[in-house]
Amino acid sequence: MRTGRDRPPFTAGTSRNGPGPSLQSKSTAWKAKDVSTNTLKASTDRGRAGDKIFSGISLAAGVLILAVLFSVAVFLLVQAAPTFTADPTEITGGNGFTAYILPIVIGTVIAAIIALIIATPIGIAVALFISHYAPRRLARAFGYVIDLLAAIPSVIYGAWGYIVLAPQLAKGYEWLAANLGWIPIFEGPASQTGKTMLTAGIVLAVMVIPIITSLSREIFLQTPNLHEEAALAMGATRWEMVRMAVLPFARPGIISATMLGLGRALGETMAVALVLSPGALVASLVKTGNQTIAAEIALNFPEAFGLRLNELIAAGLVLFVITLIVNMIARFIITRHKEFSGAN
Amino acid sequence: MAANQTLQRRQSQLTRGHLPSYAVWVVLAAAVVLGAALSSLIGFSVIGWAVISAVVFVIAATIVTAVGEGERKAKDRLVTFLVYGAFLIALLPLVSVLWTVLERGVPGLNYNFLFTSMNGVTGAVDNQAVENGTPVLGGAYHAVLGTLQITLWATLISVPIGLLTAIYLVEYGVGKNLTKAITFFVDVMTGIPSIVAGLFAAALFALLFGPGTRTGFVAAVALSVLMIPVVVRSTEEMLKIVPNELREASYALGVRKWRTITNVVIPTAISGIASGVTLSIARVIGETAPILVTAGFASSINWNVFSGWMSTLPTFIYYQILTPTSPTAPDPSTQRAWAAALLLILMVMLLNLVARFVARMFAPKTSR
Repeated sequence: MRTGRDRPPFTAGTSRNGPGPSLQSKSTAWKAKDVSTNTLKASTDRGRAGDKIFSGISLAAGVLILAVLFSVAVFLLVQAAPTFTADPTEITGGNGFTAYILPIVIGTVIAAIIALIIATPIGIAVALFISHYAPRRLARAFGYVIDLLAAIPSVIYGAWGYIVLAPQLAKGYEWLAANLGWIPIFEGPASQTGKTMLTAGIVLAVMVIPIITSLSREIFLQTPNLHEEAALAMGATRWEMVRMAVLPFARPGIISATMLGLGRALGETMAVALVLSPGALVASLVKTGNQTIAAEIALNFPEAFGLRLNELIAAGLVLFVITLIVNMIARFIITRHKEFSGAN
Repeated sequence: MAANQTLQRRQSQLTRGHLPSYAVWVVLAAAVVLGAALSSLIGFSVIGWAVISAVVFVIAATIVTAVGEGERKAKDRLVTFLVYGAFLIALLPLVSVLWTVLERGVPGLNYNFLFTSMNGVTGAVDNQAVENGTPVLGGAYHAVLGTLQITLWATLISVPIGLLTAIYLVEYGVGKNLTKAITFFVDVMTGIPSIVAGLFAAALFALLFGPGTRTGFVAAVALSVLMIPVVVRSTEEMLKIVPNELREASYALGVRKWRTITNVVIPTAISGIASGVTLSIARVIGETAPILVTAGFASSINWNVFSGWMSTLPTFIYYQILTPTSPTAPDPSTQRAWAAALLLILMVMLLNLVARFVARMFAPKTSR
């Protein structure tokens, strides 16, 4: 890369800031000396204030972002605080905050896990399709098509799940409950409307697929060509090449893509709020019941006041912490991966 | 003569153990026929036919390859089928969603829908429309206005902050710890659930102006929490690909660093920055959850983002579906919801297209 920031070592010291720092990046040493001793630098102080102000406000903007993330946590904590000190009987359900939040945390995790179980294999396969299997000329277009999936607003997925998908799946749920009802997760009686946890999980999966796909695709494309060609030259079939050269290289990327998808599935609101008809925590995925944190907030916040408001904000805080941890792990894996991905 | 023979032998060696290229198509045809037969046994439906044919085809083709070409080739072929199949499965929801929105949205998308609000449209009005078969009254004008205002304010907040942060990251803070921290947390911020961003804005304004403060501006703040990281990331990428030679040429002429940034670096990268900003607008314009908890819901036009509740297209869709205006006759509400969904998708697609267009047409001529 010619546009890189790396300069010849002899200019490293002179290129802090101000005019004429790296004139010499592609020239010879005598020129460097020439420039560093000329009077350009000292000629004028005009504009120095502008420099200071500009770097100051851009620094401020950067710090502001950190402050915002920090204050998200602080404000949520402050507004949530009354919940933790309140009398347990005043909390919804009457058994304290833990008893209130635990079922919906579990519900959130169940929905996200269903979504991931469906979306991870499909997402990775689609990424492979675009990066290694599709005809070269069409691959770009296919990439755009999958990106379209990500562009559709979540409320439209919710409406689609509510009106189109749930009634379709209801018949399938009845069959599941009748034939596989002995497995706890398919225990009947199945919901007549199809507005169940499984439907919510499927809608979430549709929303997570483009995330997993786009990130995995990036990593698959970074696989060193030499590794792939070496595998093929040894007589490997395409799948053997993918398994031996592409997948090992991309493993950290796949893991973090899945984690980011998990973060999205955990925090997704509208799809669940519209698709799921909420209720108490039940093991069966085809019965009405269960609830997720995000949907609980969205459904109840508009009418909430007083302690209920604090309670919902506390629920939001719990969601924030969970997704923050998931995202930080994912980002950590990606950053670590970046450092040694310069294999080629 | 001898050379010719070896050539022939080599060719046959190279092609030995290969099925003829039409083998797969024969298997496919057989699978389709078999699928039709099997699905008509259990009650014919196109979906059942397609699913059974696909399963039969994949299994049969794998077995045929295993017999004819060996296990490794069979595995390779199986994976190829599965990968193609995954792509087709991923397309299904996309096609279904777009088809649903078009089919149900087009009838409702008329002048009346675009240019009237829901002010005065009650359940009785809807009931009458259903009984008499008259056109559905009421529309999403107020929601369109709300969407535009809130998104505009969110953009006004996020773009300067995002742009300046990206400038700091690329031009001033290279290699500093603060830069690493900002980059990391910007990445983390992209993963904040949208409803948490909404709660943050709600909690912030509840502390400042008393509980229950819900205006369009609160929603704009919530959206900018979601928007800033996207703007930062895209702008950062764009600033990074501005060739260093341009900066150096500017410095060589004695131009100050900040003038170099505003007059050389940013103009060079402006197409990418603009397309990134457009994409981030497309991302937040469809957000529902933060609006629900920050701007409330309105059925009439509100021009003031600083006071009063406001509706946006996504919340309009949500409420029209979940709480129809007339509980006994939900059809008019559903129709309005799908028309609004179509309008929203059109807006998002348009923004995406504009972003791609801007990025392509005004791309800097780098030496790549």
